[in-house]
Amino acid sequence: MSSPHDVVITGIGLVSSLGEGPDAHWQKLAQPGREPVLEAARFAPYTVHPLPEIDWNLQIAKRGDQRQMETWQRLGTYAAGLALDDAGIKGHDELCTTMDMVVAAGGGERDEAVDADILAASENRNDRDVLLNEKLTTELRPTLFLAQLSNLLAGNISIVHKVTGSSRTFMGEEGAGVAAVETAAARIRSGQSTHILVGGAFQTEHSDMLLGYELAGYLHRGPWKPVWQRQGAEGGGVVSGSGGAFLVLEQREHAASRGRKIYAELGQIVSGRARRSRGELDAEIALLLKQAAPPNGKLLAMSGASGAHGATIAEKSALDADPAIATRGFSTLTGHMKEAQFPFAVALAALAVDRKAAYPVFDATAEKPFEGIPARVLATAIGYHQFEGMALVNTA
Amino acid sequence: MAKFRDHMGRPVVAVTGIGVVTSLGVGKSDNWAALTSGKSGIHPITRFPVDHLNTRISGMVDFLPSSSKGASLLTYELAETAAQEAVGEAGLNSGDFGGPLFLASPPVELDWHDRFSLYNSDKQDSGAERLLRVARGLKELDVFETTQFGSIADRLADRFGTRGLPITLSTACASGATAIQLGVEAIRRGECDRALSIGADGSATAEALIRFSLLSALSTHNDNPEKASKPFSKDRDGFVLAEGSGALVLESLEAALARGAAVLGILSGCGEKADDFHRTRSKPDGSPAIAAVRAALADAGLGEDEIDYVNAHGTSTPENDKMEHLSLSTVFGERIGSMPISSNKSMIGHTLSAAGAVEAAFSLMTMRESVIPPTINYDNPDPAIVLDVVPNKKRDAQVRTVLSNSFGFGGQNTCLVMAREPV
Repeated sequence: MSSPHDVVITGIGLVSSLGEGPDAHWQKLAQPGREPVLEAARFAPYTVHPLPEIDWNLQIAKRGDQRQMETWQRLGTYAAGLALDDAGIKGHDELCTTMDMVVAAGGGERDEAVDADILAASENRNDRDVLLNEKLTTELRPTLFLAQLSNLLAGNISIVHKVTGSSRTFMGEEGAGVAAVETAAARIRSGQSTHILVGGAFQTEHSDMLLGYELAGYLHRGPWKPVWQRQGAEGGGVVSGSGGAFLVLEQREHAASRGRKIYAELGQIVSGRARRSRGELDAEIALLLKQAAPPNGKLLAMSGASGAHGATIAEKSALDADPAIATRGFSTLTGHMKEAQFPFAVALAALAVDRKAAYPVFDATAEKPFEGIPARVLATAIGYHQFEGMALVNTA
Repeated sequence: MAKFRDHMGRPVVAVTGIGVVTSLGVGKSDNWAALTSGKSGIHPITRFPVDHLNTRISGMVDFLPSSSKGASLLTYELAETAAQEAVGEAGLNSGDFGGPLFLASPPVELDWHDRFSLYNSDKQDSGAERLLRVARGLKELDVFETTQFGSIADRLADRFGTRGLPITLSTACASGATAIQLGVEAIRRGECDRALSIGADGSATAEALIRFSLLSALSTHNDNPEKASKPFSKDRDGFVLAEGSGALVLESLEAALARGAAVLGILSGCGEKADDFHRTRSKPDGSPAIAAVRAALADAGLGEDEIDYVNAHGTSTPENDKMEHLSLSTVFGERIGSMPISSNKSMIGHTLSAAGAVEAAFSLMTMRESVIPPTINYDNPDPAIVLDVVPNKKRDAQVRTVLSNSFGFGGQNTCLVMAREPV
């Protein structure tokens, strides 16, 4: 039963190695046997899914604005613009100034050359703190700080797209994306907001972004493999990707009153924090699954599994335990996009619901076909290290 | 009998526990004594060498065991210390809080000391390649944890037994206020009876200082540190980087009274509005800050004439204080000249991600103690800013309601309205 306070998805903005926009993603992902776009040389021994070529001007009109950002913020601002365009909100003053925003963010890019220079000099200096002052005061670009600040992705979206109802930035890897979508939906359901821009971006083509995984040995090394087939391979199983996903979430009656196309209804969203060191992850995933998608016939699951060995095997086992679930690990084709992973999963789920068709298997050895129309699709993000979330996306 | 629903039919949100740490000390008692005697916590930097630095003073918290252990560990300890005080005061089980956690904390990065130590533990190749190779050989997770944005909240969730997925957030210098707003909203939606909102910031590293310095945001009055932060003064020349934490236990009034908890104040309204003008500067007409103040008043169901005191953002930067004056005088009209408005930052500096929470804590104490902390260093008033800043000496006053402002880079504007008693 639909209700006027339902949360519906009216705009989708996507960027990944596969391209940009919901149509491009649908076309590529719906094509059986799609091969991933990979960059194996630039960061060897790591493989990444690189950004496609993007004409930033299409969503960030002013060169001055582009110069104030590094790629991560540009990517997020660009994906946000795509979602606003898609929802018919961009350029609409009244809708933009009353629109709320929750962005899931990590940090922006450091200046790799300055850092490398300081590290190289540190080999011959004992007064490293003084060295740091010496170099940072003279070599850092003043505005780079703003390109690194987590909340400045949202700040740039306000400046470029004029979304100014409110602006909140959540941090914390996949969990930030889960909490952003969950909080946004709760605000709409309770009447605290009528329309919200929510999403995130991740730019992995930077050594610090790889280091963020590799300090715990999470990255997969050696020849690329699909996300479900990395257990036992060299490294920690994660292959990262650059990308961004933004959604326009709207109260159903708000969307209806302006006659917008609705992709899907965003149903139950659940989240958790398993204490993994105490072995709680399996039970937590099972509980979330039960809460988000109680048994009700066959179910397509868009899994955000990262490939990280422990979390990925736990999620796959839980999903495989239910014969009614057909899982698609989209990281096989996009790579892991950290803060953007959950919004991306929700977006892909909404697309399947909207197109009334399931995605073909992304990995024939580990996934099974789904026949018929997916009336509801599960989206998951089980963090590579911590935090878990799921959402059920229903026919509009 | 108190009403349990507010003017919009939502649960009234009470504060039942308050905790605070600043450069003035640990806990409400020490902080309040210092704050009301006009004492400054700003002092010369000793945590790292100050060679080549234009700014050599700060309000760092140098007296905790983690003070020299990097931003992540210090931020955790600051958060934990303030939360422990708040949860203890609320009379709740400190290992089984039973509500969600909202943490405002600074963005994290690999600390330079770790970067140096990883890099120099090997000789092969160079730059990022070497760091990555060394990184994947690490046997312990300690360094990794300091680079994960969700780790501090994860540890706090373990420590206090909060429920569900903890939210870590950043709205720059408004973060602490946003953490409180998220808690208020969760209670109003009926998702929980209580929430733990914390703002903590222990990120005053050399690089952080240099970054703000390169943006010309910091005071360079190094010779007389306790005089450097002078909000609303004519010769103000920037903020003083500082550390601290504030924690509030928020609880539906109904639940608080049902368990016999003492109500320390009411969180009656939250308002926000983003600015689309510039990354570091406000729209010249002040309209976003004005809208945020008005939104907070409307959310609280109070008129302009019902605010007794303003706890200013008052950073001591030329830009902020001018714009805050413009915004407040627009909202409050002629009354602005006679309303007490003071800046805690004159004494504790700018605690960044913690500021909104620290200042909410002080706002609540202002009402409870009927004493308004002063704006110190107000020796040279800015003639363009005519405000009653409660200059230099505390003032005894009955304060029923407070507006607390928080404004930040990236167009962040968040305002809180607090009341002494339920309506």
